[in-house]
Amino acid sequence: MIYADNAATTKLSRSALEAMLPFLEDNFGNPSSLHTAGQEAATALFNARKDIAECIGADVKEIYFTSGGSEADNQALFTAAEIGEKKGKKHIISDKIEHHAVLHTLKKLEKCGFEVTLLDVDEEGFVNPEDVRAAIRPDTVLVTVMTANNEIGTIMPVKEIAAVCRENGVLFHTDAVQAAGHIPVDVNEIGCDMLSLAAHKFHGPKGAGALYVRKGIIPSVLIEGGAQERGRRGGTENIPAIVGMAAALKEATAALEANGLRLTKMRDRLIKGLSEIPHSILNGAYENRLPGNVNMCFEGIEGESLLLLLDIKGICGSSGSACTSGSLDPSHVLLAIGRPHEVAHGSLRLTLSEYNTKEEVETIIKTVPEVVGYLRNISPVWQDLQEGKRKYVIQ
Amino acid sequence: MLYSEKVMDHFTNPRNVGIMEDADGIGEVGNVKCGDIMKIFLKINDNTIEDVRFSTFGCGSAIASSSIATEMIKGKPLSQALELTNKAVVEALDGLPPHKVHCSVLAEEAVKAAIKDYYDKNGITYDDSLFPKEHDCEHCGE
Repeated sequence: MIYADNAATTKLSRSALEAMLPFLEDNFGNPSSLHTAGQEAATALFNARKDIAECIGADVKEIYFTSGGSEADNQALFTAAEIGEKKGKKHIISDKIEHHAVLHTLKKLEKCGFEVTLLDVDEEGFVNPEDVRAAIRPDTVLVTVMTANNEIGTIMPVKEIAAVCRENGVLFHTDAVQAAGHIPVDVNEIGCDMLSLAAHKFHGPKGAGALYVRKGIIPSVLIEGGAQERGRRGGTENIPAIVGMAAALKEATAALEANGLRLTKMRDRLIKGLSEIPHSILNGAYENRLPGNVNMCFEGIEGESLLLLLDIKGICGSSGSACTSGSLDPSHVLLAIGRPHEVAHGSLRLTLSEYNTKEEVETIIKTVPEVVGYLRNISPVWQDLQEGKRKYVIQ
Repeated sequence: MLYSEKVMDHFTNPRNVGIMEDADGIGEVGNVKCGDIMKIFLKINDNTIEDVRFSTFGCGSAIASSSIATEMIKGKPLSQALELTNKAVVEALDGLPPHKVHCSVLAEEAVKAAIKDYYDKNGITYDDSLFPKEHDCEHCGE
């Protein structure tokens, strides 16, 4: 099996697994307990927090563990909303290609009386920092723009956006779920006030994430309970997952440059190989793109059938078609970068990790055109395009 | 697994797939905006469907629905083919996930549209109520 869906989730790394095992077996203590078993767990929790903080240039007291990236995004947005509520600032700026963990939370905040401005992105998926500046109002409390997009891999100019926010006294949150462990992520380098992480996107376990919250900002409480996470998130900490997360992020951060170079080469080879399919187009940018991300549209076919046939041939990918998004519309990201519905339905995302090989990339390059060709052969849309009854959108 | 074995069988080994140059009736339903188009070609002789072909742009269940629908009407008199329902298509496929039932509706509509096309081309009068009204897609309005 060729696993090329690493933006969905990644394989647990060996070092993360080994770090976790003792906490799944013998060291099962509750970090809130005063006895030795508990204190061992508390020490592991502290060390994990310190390691994660170091990886992103934060202070240990600025890391709050969550159940994952979505919870971190929720907590970040509700934190800003609480601050805004107190100051009478009820305007939030974001963009159209954020993850649903951000977009749906914003929808909820709108129902609570917040006004939300969703900025357009350009045809490669970039938010223009000047658009952020123009959208800031006296009542703007937060700007939230992702570090890198999960579908098309676009790396946002978050440093520039953070600078605009700082100049205007507006909080800045960035969802770095797809970026951390893949490209350099440093909270001071970026200049963000909050930043979301998810362990399973960098070969850590599922069920662990973190929110970085700059000193001086008090995180909103989503889960009432005990004194865990300095009283900001109740519930006994998921020690094995947290320990695994720290081990995975340390490992990914240490290998960042080497993996980035190797993956970028494989990514570019894959883009080049798949671009030879007629009437295909890359979604997203060639530069400032996540090292492992490839996302293409193939005209005249639908993505779900493409995925199913690739899966039968042993290749795991994903698509932004309506049938795979679980809604009637294709990917909101592909629509936002200007792909018409009919083209967005025919998208394929392949996301590589350091576990993929050059040989696998060549197999994908050989297999995808066969499957696309087969589906085009049985597609009335392709027939119409070929006969000139319908105009090609992708030249 | 999202789909039944039957769906996967018809998706991976579609029956009667292709186009028919000398079709007596052609029906096309769906639209690209929603992500599925089905086209059915019929060869009709003596009020019987002698041969049938389909081409489909769409997801796995759309391809499987069209494939099994062609099997269900091949060799059948038109009167019997007109009795095809989306429910029968779903049953023949051993079920479809709820959000995919739409694909079986398209299959029924494509078959009926092809028969209607045959009637229209040959000046055959028919009872309008046999055919679903061409409805606007609730989703995209097309």
